[in-house]
Amino acid sequence: MAQLHNAGKIEHQLSQAEHHDHPDMEEMRTFGFWIYLMTDVIIFGTLFATYIVLQGNTNGGPGPKDLFQMGGIIASTFILLTSSYTSGLAVLAMHKGNRNALLGWLGATVALGATFIIMEINEFTHLVNEGATISTSAFLSAFFTLVGTHGLHVLLGLVWMVALMIQIAKRGITPVTKRKVNVISLFWHFLDVVWIFVFTIVYLMGVS
Amino acid sequence: MWERVKTFASEFFVTGDPMIYGADASIVITMIGIVFGLTYFNKWGWLWREWLTTVDHKKIGIMYILAAFLMLFRGGVDALLMRAQLAAPELSLLAPDHYNQIFTTHGVIMILFMAMPFMFGLFNVMVPLQIGARDVAYPFLNALSFWLFFSGAMLFNLSFVIGGSPDAGWLAYPPYSGIMHNPGVGQDFYIWGIQISGIGSLMTGINFIVTILKMRAPGMKLMKMPMFPWSVLSSCIAIIFSFPILTATLALLFLDRYAGAHFFTLDGGGNPMMYINLIWMWGHPEVYIIVLPAFGIFSEIVSTFAKKKLFGYKSMVYAMMIISILSFLVWAHHFFTMGSGADVNAFFALTTMLIAIPTGVKVFNWLFTMFRGKITFETPMLWTMGFIPCFIVGGLTGVLLSVAPADFQFHNSYFLIAHFHQVIIGGVVFGYFAGLYYWWPKLFGFKLNERIGKWAFWFWNIGFYLCFMPQYALGLMGMTRRVVTYGWDKGWWEMNLVSTIGAGLMGIAFLFQVWQIVYSVKHLQKDETGDPWNGRTLEWSIPSPAPHYNFATLPQVTSQDEWWEEKQRRLQGIATPATKITEPIHMPKNSGIPIIMSMFWFFTGFGFIFDWLWLAIPGLVGVVVCMLIHSFNYDTDYYIPVEEIKHTEAAIRGVTS
Repeated sequence: MAQLHNAGKIEHQLSQAEHHDHPDMEEMRTFGFWIYLMTDVIIFGTLFATYIVLQGNTNGGPGPKDLFQMGGIIASTFILLTSSYTSGLAVLAMHKGNRNALLGWLGATVALGATFIIMEINEFTHLVNEGATISTSAFLSAFFTLVGTHGLHVLLGLVWMVALMIQIAKRGITPVTKRKVNVISLFWHFLDVVWIFVFTIVYLMGVS
Repeated sequence: MWERVKTFASEFFVTGDPMIYGADASIVITMIGIVFGLTYFNKWGWLWREWLTTVDHKKIGIMYILAAFLMLFRGGVDALLMRAQLAAPELSLLAPDHYNQIFTTHGVIMILFMAMPFMFGLFNVMVPLQIGARDVAYPFLNALSFWLFFSGAMLFNLSFVIGGSPDAGWLAYPPYSGIMHNPGVGQDFYIWGIQISGIGSLMTGINFIVTILKMRAPGMKLMKMPMFPWSVLSSCIAIIFSFPILTATLALLFLDRYAGAHFFTLDGGGNPMMYINLIWMWGHPEVYIIVLPAFGIFSEIVSTFAKKKLFGYKSMVYAMMIISILSFLVWAHHFFTMGSGADVNAFFALTTMLIAIPTGVKVFNWLFTMFRGKITFETPMLWTMGFIPCFIVGGLTGVLLSVAPADFQFHNSYFLIAHFHQVIIGGVVFGYFAGLYYWWPKLFGFKLNERIGKWAFWFWNIGFYLCFMPQYALGLMGMTRRVVTYGWDKGWWEMNLVSTIGAGLMGIAFLFQVWQIVYSVKHLQKDETGDPWNGRTLEWSIPSPAPHYNFATLPQVTSQDEWWEEKQRRLQGIATPATKITEPIHMPKNSGIPIIMSMFWFFTGFGFIFDWLWLAIPGLVGVVVCMLIHSFNYDTDYYIPVEEIKHTEAAIRGVTS
């Protein structure tokens, strides 16, 4: 029995060393993440539909034209789009095997994402100070929920990305960290796409 | 101080009803019993290592099924209480508000906390075995799904003794479920209980889609896959498209109640009708989600017990896929009477009627499979045979309901109640029972007693028809759903009495099933073959109960009904030579994170329900910390060495090595 145990240990170490007699394990996880993203598309789809139904119901309160300051919105849109670009550069650096560049680009992405979040919090506080809160009207309920859900996703992405940076710093570029970077960059691009819809449907169409 | 404690307790705990005191006492006694038992027999470590932290899909499946049985009991007690109240005119066994709570919890528990976990249990125990896989795609996520379901269910059930149960119907239509009309915590229990378990369901959907698409044994092309995994795939596709809508909808209702938002309120520009659209965009697919796997189970059983290849395999597959798509195009038939206009109603009436076509195809396929087969009538087959007439009648009344103009008569009447109980009990519950009886020997290594099983079957069936057939008539006579009592002048009492007697018979049938399990465990008749029904698919090719790695060597599949073909080849003396065990098996390690993370979710939910941010915020932080700990853990799997596999295989196959 002890021998059995020993053999197990050896094989275990073996598996730790190469880790890849299971080449499709990481691919399978990426595939599952795509399906998860699809479900998230449906959550956002539901919130968009709700927003579109309710956007005219301002209950005598302020509407999009009274509230949105497009300057800040356009700036934060550019910041988020740039962060998507830097996350793409991070993936490129990873494929070249350059760990420092990978960490650097991820860091840039985190910084840009954090700026976006700060600007969004600013915008929300500004609105609330003007008396436009989630309970003012159905339009604002839908607005805060849709934009806030996107913001919450970005925030979660930031926590996740920082955690991933620590793992890369500790372990380097391995098949596992590689998959994790691929997955978060998928997530990040997805948030960008969602934001383009938010920008168009909520802001641009709101003020036009 | 003491006064304050007393006030708090009287608001926190539900008081003033003997039934609830009884529940309080039984909960406390059960808890003490469990804790005492585990300590006395020194089983805490065993429980933790073998069950609470397990990532083995078979054990997770068993826990799901056990939980589903407990919930069937709870939901069944609710049902019996309602039927007792309606047994005769002008009874006042239950007060109207209490009655509202009971029909609400009955609906929610039966669909979300009984049918769903029962279904996930069967997914878990059988899908990997049938496709020749060693596990599901994401074992950790699988355990997490189970514990999220469990936390959600516990949260929901707790409302009975703490704070008060929800009472706005199983789908919680606003404005009645809004804060204005429903200021208590009941609806918040509803929201959080379903939300937490719903996230688990969504993850299970993703998990099984990937498992089925990516982990089939070598050679098993999709069109050679057994019918049950096909039905699971179609059900999971519906899950991943519909559950996100539920998640979003419940979140919106929560914001309305908690943050004063105006999505579904009558003031502030909200639109309650939007909730009804959204909830049915999830709710209608949901009923197909639970019935499709039952169709898969029936297909397996019919071909096994008729000893024939399933008739019309491809048409079965297409039929299921079409049903899972059409299920998304019918939701408005739930509110034909709400003034959408003739065009909209006509569209949804037609799409609803269309579903009868693929469903009819399936029924004919089952009948043709039985035609000229050598049928034997063991319990799994009995349930399948019982299902067919029941489902045909239920399906036909469904078509009647889909006729929009006629629906103005049937809407919200007992006709509807009879219809959906007929398809859900006759389709879903009978199907899952059939599956459980069929696969029980594979799970536990012994068969359930057939004689008691047949008693259970007949009590269920007779009780079922007695209970629901009168309700069709009652509906046409004008009895609407959710009435708490009625007068002698209505002429409804005879049929209501018959209906209550039928419900009682189903209650007795449940007791027979419990007795059946207890009896069979006591008079254990071990199944040494691993293939007691002379089955056709891969799960029967391995010993019962299956070793934790399922297959020592992955099977090579060449045809549909692989195991049957293999047995035929063996009879002709051309057996496929057994593959030598040469490779260690890669397995996931147990993890305590799923159960701990779900406990944090429970605290989060409980905190938000009572508006205790001091509990909710640490709960959320705990959830995130658990995720991070899991993310940083790279030591998640291990290898079973070849020697150990050989050893285990020799032991379970009764060979001395």
